[in-house]
Amino acid sequence: MAETVLSIEHVGVQFGGLVALSDLDFTVGEGQIVSLIGPNGAGKTTAFNVMTGFLDPTEGMVKYRGAVLNGLKPHEIADLGLIRTFQRTSVFPRDTVFDNVLIGLHRQGKLGLVEAILGLPRARASERAQRERAAELVRWIGLEARANDLAGSLSYGEQRLVGVALALAAQPSMLLLDEPVSGMNASETHTFVQLIRNIRDRGVTILLVEHDMPMVMSVSDRIVVLNYGRIIAAGAPETIRNDPAVIEAYLGQGAKRA
Amino acid sequence: MLEIRDMVCAYGQVTALKGVTLSVKAGQLVALIGANGAGKSTTLRAISGLVPPRSGSMIFEGEDITGASPQRVLTRGIAHCPEGRRVFPHMTVAENLDMGAYLRSDTSAIATDRDRIYGEFPRLADRKKQAAGTLSGGEQQMLAIGRALMSRPRLVMFDEPSLGLAPNIVERTFAIIRAIRDAGTTVLLVEQNAFAALEMCDHAYLLEAGRVVLSGAGADLIENEHVRRAYLGG
Amino acid sequence: MNQIATLISLAVFASVPLWLQDPYLLNALITTGIFIIGAMSLNLLLGFTGQLSLGHIAFFGIGAYVSALTSLGFDVGIVGDFHIVHVPWPPIVGFVLAIVISGFCGYLVGRLSFSVRGAYFVIVTISFAEVVRLVALNWVELTQGPLALTNIPSITVGLPGLGYLVLKTKLQNYYLVLAVAAAAYFLISRLVHSHFGRAMRGLMENETLAVAVGIDVTKTLTLAAVISAGIAGAAGSLYAHYIRIIDPDVFAFINTVTMVIMVVSGGKGSLAGPVVGGVIFGLLPVFLRPVMPPEAQWITYGGVLILILFVLPKGIVPSLAPRLGLSRAKGNKAVKVTERTAGERA
Ligand SMILES: Nc1ncnc2c1ncn2[C@@H]1O[C@H](COP(=O)(O)OP(=O)(O)OP(=O)(O)O)[C@@H](O)[C@H]1O
Ligand SMILES: Nc1ncnc2c1ncn2[C@@H]1O[C@H](COP(=O)(O)OP(=O)(O)OP(=O)(O)O)[C@@H](O)[C@H]1O
Ligand SMILES: [Mg+2]
Ligand SMILES: [Mg+2]
Repeated sequence: MAETVLSIEHVGVQFGGLVALSDLDFTVGEGQIVSLIGPNGAGKTTAFNVMTGFLDPTEGMVKYRGAVLNGLKPHEIADLGLIRTFQRTSVFPRDTVFDNVLIGLHRQGKLGLVEAILGLPRARASERAQRERAAELVRWIGLEARANDLAGSLSYGEQRLVGVALALAAQPSMLLLDEPVSGMNASETHTFVQLIRNIRDRGVTILLVEHDMPMVMSVSDRIVVLNYGRIIAAGAPETIRNDPAVIEAYLGQGAKRA
Repeated sequence: MLEIRDMVCAYGQVTALKGVTLSVKAGQLVALIGANGAGKSTTLRAISGLVPPRSGSMIFEGEDITGASPQRVLTRGIAHCPEGRRVFPHMTVAENLDMGAYLRSDTSAIATDRDRIYGEFPRLADRKKQAAGTLSGGEQQMLAIGRALMSRPRLVMFDEPSLGLAPNIVERTFAIIRAIRDAGTTVLLVEQNAFAALEMCDHAYLLEAGRVVLSGAGADLIENEHVRRAYLGG
Repeated sequence: MNQIATLISLAVFASVPLWLQDPYLLNALITTGIFIIGAMSLNLLLGFTGQLSLGHIAFFGIGAYVSALTSLGFDVGIVGDFHIVHVPWPPIVGFVLAIVISGFCGYLVGRLSFSVRGAYFVIVTISFAEVVRLVALNWVELTQGPLALTNIPSITVGLPGLGYLVLKTKLQNYYLVLAVAAAAYFLISRLVHSHFGRAMRGLMENETLAVAVGIDVTKTLTLAAVISAGIAGAAGSLYAHYIRIIDPDVFAFINTVTMVIMVVSGGKGSLAGPVVGGVIFGLLPVFLRPVMPPEAQWITYGGVLILILFVLPKGIVPSLAPRLGLSRAKGNKAVKVTERTAGERA
């Protein structure tokens, strides 16, 4: 089996009296696409918040490539290459699509303040490289026609794409995607699946939260199912699809179609 | 019931709708499908008065509502459940539902409706006292749907109601939408799950780049080669 | 286009003394210029990171005192017989020290407030300014307290091979202020267009997303605070050596308010905003003074401000620049759709 890059060890989260996660324990291997699914309110986004430092777990520990993430700030975790997207659309609304991606490239533009201000050759070269990379990413998500429009003026689905481009710009070694295809139709989703496979083939590990079952079933190496903050099943797509507990809690009868 | 003619809408210099003509008959479930950025949400916003049309006309039950204020559209009986889980984040679930019934005064009927929504979405019943802003994405979406229904509209417009909902809840939501149509409420549905939308609608319009390019019975659109390729993924 | 406009403005400013010899007006232009530098530094924080420094004058005042004391020298007792004695150094060293020490104060204030939470910044800066004012008022041995530091020398610049030039006349000081203002403008412009500036903008627009792509909030905001405070310190130093007398009144709250007005009326978040706002509100009192009594001056001043913000709510530059074709061409502007919900609409 692939080497473990992310491990979630006995993580628990409580909001007041409400148990949002309890004894969450699973791992993701290098280069895998693992999906985290479960009913609304099962705790998937909460798990993402814990992994990326937006929320401190009540119990347990998260490790990424050997480093313990507990107590790190979100930007420090991002610096380790663990990058997330958000379930709600999240862009820099008053910047152009192109500038959004440029801001996302922040991690690559690290150079000295003096260099940047004086516009020394290295700073210029870095700036040029970032602009090229940004243009490439904008092209890749198919929004080149909108590159100079403010991100806040895009339609819902277009803003979701910008969110993904921003995350890619941050040069992830692992991507956590929270419902990336919500708001896309079947054909758009289809294209997006190619995109995800492509990203994985470039060596990026992916943890996916998504309610689009056809997509999850086709793209995942492994699926972890949560219900009320606990893991109720884990395994290959085939196993999950036919698991009675999963059908009962989550898939519903229409699942046969998936 | 609703007749829209040559409606043109723009945001600044960008023309989002370039002459949309469509009609919704009373008691029908009409679906509006199209790609990202086609103008579906803009069409709904124009109807509910959130984006003033540049030209064209909208007639609702014989009354001209072109350029009418959102308040007026709402009092005429049109409810809009916008895309992207809009809730009042600092109010509780129960208060959010009550906001949907703001224009109603029939207190006991409101209570019945509220209980019915809790019955349909038990998750919301569990979270009655929780601030809506701390709900999960899907829980917020259920709340937004519930709130639109609380105004007892005669025409209800849903913008991507299945967004972020678990598959079993999507099924239930579509069942609710069919049920309210069967109970006599007219529905205008924007949905990315084009297959489901076409399957359950009485009539459908396909929007591309701000124009209606195809319309007909749902079953006909499902069979259409172009629709299959571009929207149904195969 | 923008660059050409900037160069033209610079040329116009440089030509002013050629057609304007009135010493009273030149004096007003110099002090206004000094405050514009302060306003530009405030704009770096307020306009490009969204952080309001309501004690900004503290950095200006610290710069003024540091520079004055460096060039005057002092002798203060610490404990018992232990004294710190400083012999006067050239004012130009004071200028540099003013930047460094004000910048360091910016660092302290930034660390203190930004690592807790952004919103504390306003409170910390106000308190900081008050503490510094009290120190200046009560540490008489060092600052002369209310008696003021007097006879502050003018700035002297060494010209290689030509000896020294003492910048004493108004004309010389005008060009000195213009040069420092141009340098500050250039510095801020480069900064906000670099990837540091993008990080600042990202934080201002959507902090959650910004940290998720790896932007360090504390570091980025503190950096802005250091540079902003350093520039304010430079302005303070110019002030001390031009006016040649300073007392604790420089720390008055009204001075911060003046800078805020310059920034907000001209347009926060635009490079030229504080310059335009500064010219208007720096010179307005000069023109009002001869023609009306003090009360009427204040009312007019307030009236002009309200009028500007009413007609051009985003400030003069951001509202007018697009119409003059001076802003970077941006495509589709987001039109704010008040996406209200059923209940909200009712
Ligand atoms: N701050 C909070 N206070 C109280 N309860 C909270 C808070 N944040 C989340 N919750 C609750 O925790 C549960 C888990 O939420 P989470 O957002 O992780 O769900 P999810 O699995 O992502 O669901 P969805 O698929 O709907 O997005 C939800 O029931 C939610 O109401
Ligand atoms: N507030 C806005 N300001 C400026 N332009 C906008 C605004 N909202 C939408 N647009 C533009 O209008 C066009 C139509 O947008 P609309 O939101 O109606 O698309 P949609 O069909 O609902 O797409 P999606 O499926 O992604 O939600 C898009 O090109 C979009 O960029
Ligand atoms: Mg979620
Ligand atoms: Mg839409």
